Amino acid sequence: MRLLIINGHVIDPSQNFAGSAEILIEDGRINTFAREGGINRTGADIIDAGGMWVVPGLIDIHTHLREPGFEHKETIRTGARAALKGGFTTVCAMPNTNPVNDNAGITEFILKMAQAEGNARVLPIGAVTKGQKGEELASLYAMREAGCIAFSDDGRPVASPVIMRRALEYAKGFDALIISHAEDPALADSGVMNEGLLSATLGLKGQPAVAEEVMIYRDIALAELTGGRLHIAHVSTKGGVRVIRQAKERGLKVTAETCPHYFSLTEDAVAGYNVNAKVNPPLRTAADVEAIKEGLRDGTIDVIATDHAPHGREKRTRQFDDAPSGISGLETALSLSLALAGEGVLTELELIGKLTQNPAGILRIDRGTLREGAEAELLIVDPQRRYVLDAEKMISRGKNTPFDGMELKGMVMKTVYGGKVLEWA
Amino acid sequence: MRAAGRGASMLNSRHLLGIKDLTAEEIMLYLNSASSFKDILKRDIKKVPALRGRTVVNLFFEPSTRTRTSFELAAKRLSTDVINFSAPSSSILKGESLLDTALTVEALGADIIIVRHSFSGVPHMLSRHLRASVINAGDGTNEHPTQALLDAFTIKEKKGGFGGLQIAIIGDIIHSRVAKSNIYCLKKLGADVRLIGPATLLPECFRELGISTFNNMEAGLEGADVIMMLRLQLERQGKGFFPTTDEYFRQWGLSRKRLQAARPDAIIMHPGPMNRGIEISSDVADGGNSVILEQVTNGLAVRMAVMYHLDERKEQ
Repeated sequence: MRLLIINGHVIDPSQNFAGSAEILIEDGRINTFAREGGINRTGADIIDAGGMWVVPGLIDIHTHLREPGFEHKETIRTGARAALKGGFTTVCAMPNTNPVNDNAGITEFILKMAQAEGNARVLPIGAVTKGQKGEELASLYAMREAGCIAFSDDGRPVASPVIMRRALEYAKGFDALIISHAEDPALADSGVMNEGLLSATLGLKGQPAVAEEVMIYRDIALAELTGGRLHIAHVSTKGGVRVIRQAKERGLKVTAETCPHYFSLTEDAVAGYNVNAKVNPPLRTAADVEAIKEGLRDGTIDVIATDHAPHGREKRTRQFDDAPSGISGLETALSLSLALAGEGVLTELELIGKLTQNPAGILRIDRGTLREGAEAELLIVDPQRRYVLDAEKMISRGKNTPFDGMELKGMVMKTVYGGKVLEWA
Repeated sequence: MRAAGRGASMLNSRHLLGIKDLTAEEIMLYLNSASSFKDILKRDIKKVPALRGRTVVNLFFEPSTRTRTSFELAAKRLSTDVINFSAPSSSILKGESLLDTALTVEALGADIIIVRHSFSGVPHMLSRHLRASVINAGDGTNEHPTQALLDAFTIKEKKGGFGGLQIAIIGDIIHSRVAKSNIYCLKKLGADVRLIGPATLLPECFRELGISTFNNMEAGLEGADVIMMLRLQLERQGKGFFPTTDEYFRQWGLSRKRLQAARPDAIIMHPGPMNRGIEISSDVADGGNSVILEQVTNGLAVRMAVMYHLDERKEQ
């Protein structure tokens, strides 16, 4: 395949480049990145990206694909396909499957399934503890050898500080990344939404914002003690941002992510017992949303991740208290993130960087780039295209999204991946 | 009452899910009609044919004797057919079966479904799937709207109105659906509401509603016209909310001595069932200022008014 992309507005944070350029793809790799254009068109298929953005394939550091065990919610096939539609050519699959991905056998199964399907690249994340029970370390090294990119008990915090300490120490031996679901479970005390006036007046049990803050503080202190590599998942609170900012100011190597719902929605979305707005950590207040945006702006928060958490149809007929938490996010993340550039919170380079270069750096993978020689994984994005989200038309099996019926702006038109051009609109 | 005078309904919804959603006019409509129904209840023949042929189902997923009996009797006084459906607690665990249960009850011909559930928002969820009118008889820690209406009715009878009234609500506010519904109701009707209790059970966020909060009983009771006690859920003890029931009574129990801080003509209310000696002393509960048993009587009239007007709203 010889594919030439012309007339696009190319944004590649890995080259600190945003402007017009032509890109020639040959044999599945970026052959030429020509800032001045003028690439020979002979024999090339041409994509005219006039009015479009051309960006590297996005990397999601936080995805739930549900397989094995919860195939009615999602499968590796549907989740990785939804990823491609949302612009993610690489997704990191969290281990809270059934059985839990806490051993090399499950890791190999996930990789084999993903390769067979040929959708977005799946990089498994292994469990920190056996069965995600928080009691004994899982076989981190064997999972790493089998292909795990990082380790996390996501969905559950590692409640015991001594187990977290050991995990960070042990993983340091082979320079592995530990991702913390930062929630003090005793303080959160099974709260189903953010604690405050709204939880009081809805009669729902709230979890206080400090449940996140104190756990981030604990894990940063443990990372400092051990020298281990720590990444904080789905930061949702003002206090959480503040603690991470202070740690970075002290020169600690901690990194952090947030998710589109934490800068797009407040807890008000829960009003009326909207189960599609039930997510963990919960949606917070307007002050938290502002703090998250400020954290993205000043670099405290490195990455925008989806925390794609699909659920089956049963979610909508459940009462709020016992409905599962999570938002099906792969197919809306880019649109919601683009709003940050529209609002002037981030430049387009910063924004795309938080979806490509930054997660690639944290994961230490050579992706999310349009540099010559890299595998050709890129998107043609129409940043102006408006659409009303119809959850039923999402590829993901999880139709659970609080953005259903809302008008969103910015759409992936084409995904170039695996030697193919996938057209979405 | 059916044939004559059934004009356009003043109600915005065919359900009663909470006081939060009501206007002051809707609340007053219920209270005024309750007066008429209370007169009927004083007659020799206490039954009216207002809702003859209608079917009312008590769908209770949480144990209740008082509220269920009150609704049942109110429905019978209106000449409806009443079915009590107490779902086994095991079936409340699955949302599907909860909705299925309600749909089944509706398929049997229910016109009004009265729901109590230990989870907040269940009546709201069911109301989105049912054609019948849903009355919330208590959902989790959210609301108990008919309790607030009967409390307001009692206050109106005793005090004549609401403007300028100082009403103190005392106890486990955060977990009390009775307190929540009363806060919304009394605020909408123009009373001054203050909340009293330990900080562990009374978060300061209620101040955002324009309500004063007190952790000291005497200070909170100062000049109160109405004292509304709440039942203390004894299982909260041992979870860090308060050390012992003795200590609770020592600080927030209503004793004759404490009562002196309030106005001499203050009325004392309690939604029942009471924990005597824990939130209220027996002499106060049975004393001259207590209107606790009248609340029970008024509950019947208020629930008749609610069913009557929801039925009227549905006919449109």
